[in-house]
Amino acid sequence: MSTLIPIGPFHPVLEEPEYISLYVDGETVEDADIDLGRIHRGIELLAQEKTYDQDTFLVERICGICSASHSWAACLAMEDIVDVVIPDRARYLRTIVHELERLHSHMLWVGLAGHILGYWTVFMWGWKYREPVLDCLEAITGNRNNYAWYCPGGVRRDVADEIWPGVLKAMDEFAVQTDMLLHAILDDPVILGRLKGVGILTTEDAIAYGTLGPTARGSGVPIDVRRDEPYGAYSEVDWDVMVQDGCDCLAVAAVRLLEMLESVKIIKQCIEKLPAGPIATEVREIPRGEGIGHIEAPRGETFHFIRSNGTNMPERHKMRAPTFNNIPSFRPRVKGESISDAVLIFAVIDPCYSCTERLAVLGPDGRPYMKGKDLIALSHAKTEELRKNS
Amino acid sequence: MGATNWGFKKSLWVFHLNAGACNNCDIEVLDCLCPKYDIERFGMKLVGSVKHADVLLVSGSVPRKVVPQLIEAYEQAPKPVAVVALGACGCTGGIFKDGYNFAGPIDKHIPVDAYVPGCPPRPEAIIDGIVKLMGKL
Repeated sequence: MSTLIPIGPFHPVLEEPEYISLYVDGETVEDADIDLGRIHRGIELLAQEKTYDQDTFLVERICGICSASHSWAACLAMEDIVDVVIPDRARYLRTIVHELERLHSHMLWVGLAGHILGYWTVFMWGWKYREPVLDCLEAITGNRNNYAWYCPGGVRRDVADEIWPGVLKAMDEFAVQTDMLLHAILDDPVILGRLKGVGILTTEDAIAYGTLGPTARGSGVPIDVRRDEPYGAYSEVDWDVMVQDGCDCLAVAAVRLLEMLESVKIIKQCIEKLPAGPIATEVREIPRGEGIGHIEAPRGETFHFIRSNGTNMPERHKMRAPTFNNIPSFRPRVKGESISDAVLIFAVIDPCYSCTERLAVLGPDGRPYMKGKDLIALSHAKTEELRKNS
Repeated sequence: MGATNWGFKKSLWVFHLNAGACNNCDIEVLDCLCPKYDIERFGMKLVGSVKHADVLLVSGSVPRKVVPQLIEAYEQAPKPVAVVALGACGCTGGIFKDGYNFAGPIDKHIPVDAYVPGCPPRPEAIIDGIVKLMGKL
C-alpha cells in the first residue's frame, strides 16, 4: 500500500515551481513522478520569430545559470551554417566566460546541497566564495548574469588588459577556498554519512538513461564534450576530465568540486595565453542550411539545432538542455531510499527545470489532445477542403 | 498608524514565488541572503510558507499553467500583504511577452505594490525595492 506525498509546486526546497509526487510505503520511497510545464515560455517558437542577433539574447534567458552556455551553443550552430573562422582572441574570451559560469554554477550547487543537508555554514560559505566569480564576470562582460557576451562570429565587447590581474588573483583565492571546502566536505563524517551510498545510479543505468555531465561522470561514464569534440580553446589548454566511480551522491559532489579546480586551471591558462587581435568576424548573412552546436554546460551537454532558409530569422531553432536527460535518472536513484534522502537525490543532478520545460496539450479527459488518428483525420479534412476548392 | 502598519515597519518576512522565471531573479534573491548582502541583519528573512509572509517577491513571466497556483498562493497569504514584481518578465513580460504560453504579467492576476526592473535585478536593487516599499506602507 503506497501513500502519495506531493512536493511543490511552491515548496521551500524547490527553487522552481515543479510538482513531484513521491509514492512511499512507510519511510521507503517506491516510485517518483514529476509534472513539468509551469515555466514553459514557448522559447523555440519565439526564436523563430526573432532575428539571429536577437536570438542570442533570447536563448540566454532560457536559464539564468547557463546563460553563457545556451548563447554559445546557439552561436556555434549559426557559425556551423556560415562556416566562418572565429578569431583566436574571441575563442579564448568565450572560453574564459564559459568556465567562470561553470565555477559559479557548481559553487551554487554546493551551497544548495549544504542547505538541503542542514549545513547552513556550507550554504553561506559557498555563496560567499561565489561572489568574487560574479564580480569577475561583471568586470569582463558588464553584468552579473545574462552576459550578452556571445554573438555570431565572436564576442560583443573587447576587454581591457588591466582587469586580468584582478581576475587571476580572484581565481587563486577561489582555488584555495574550493580546496578547503573540498576537504571540509569530504572529511566530515556526518556529510559522508548522508552522501555515501545514497542514491545509487549504476554505470549501466547512467548509460541507459542517457545521463550527461557531472551526473554521468559521477557514475563512471567518462564523457565531456570539451574533450570529446573540442570547441573554443579547450584543445589548447591542459586540463583533465574528472570521473568518479562511486555512483552515489558523494561521487557527483566530488566531481563538481574537483571540476571547479580544473576550471580555475583552464581560466588561468586562457588568460596567460590570451592572444591579441580582433574579437569578432562579421557575419553578414546566414545562408540556407542546417547547423548544430553542442557544448558542455555546467550540467552536461547543451544541444542547439538551427535550420536556416536564407532569411534573417531561423526557420527552426531546437534546443535540448542537459536536465532533460538527467531528470529520468531520479527513478533508479530514489527507489528504495528513505523520504529524508529523496530531496537530496532530486538536487544531486542540479536540476534546472526552466531549461527543460516542455508542453503537452491535454484534452478534457486528461490525455494528450492530438492522437495519431486525430492528426490523420485533420490531414484528411484538409485534403477534402482543397479538393472542394480546386 | 494602525497595528498592521506598525507591524510592517520592521522585520519583513519575505516569501519568494517563482512564477515561471529563468532562475536568475531567484538566484539574486538568494544572493541577498548570502554574506555579501546579508538582508537578515535588517530582520528580513525568506520564509518557507506563504502563510508567514509579509511580502511576496514574485518573479517570472507567468505562463498559463502557473496562473491558478499564483492566485491561490496570493489568496493564502495573510492580508495585508505587499507584492513585489521582480525583473523585466515580472514587470512587463519582457522578451517573452509575445510567447503563446504567456499569461502575464503579474499585475494582470494579483495586485502589485512595487516593481523592480532589470534582467536580472541586482541584489542591491531588490533590497532597495523592499526598503522603498517599507516607506510606502
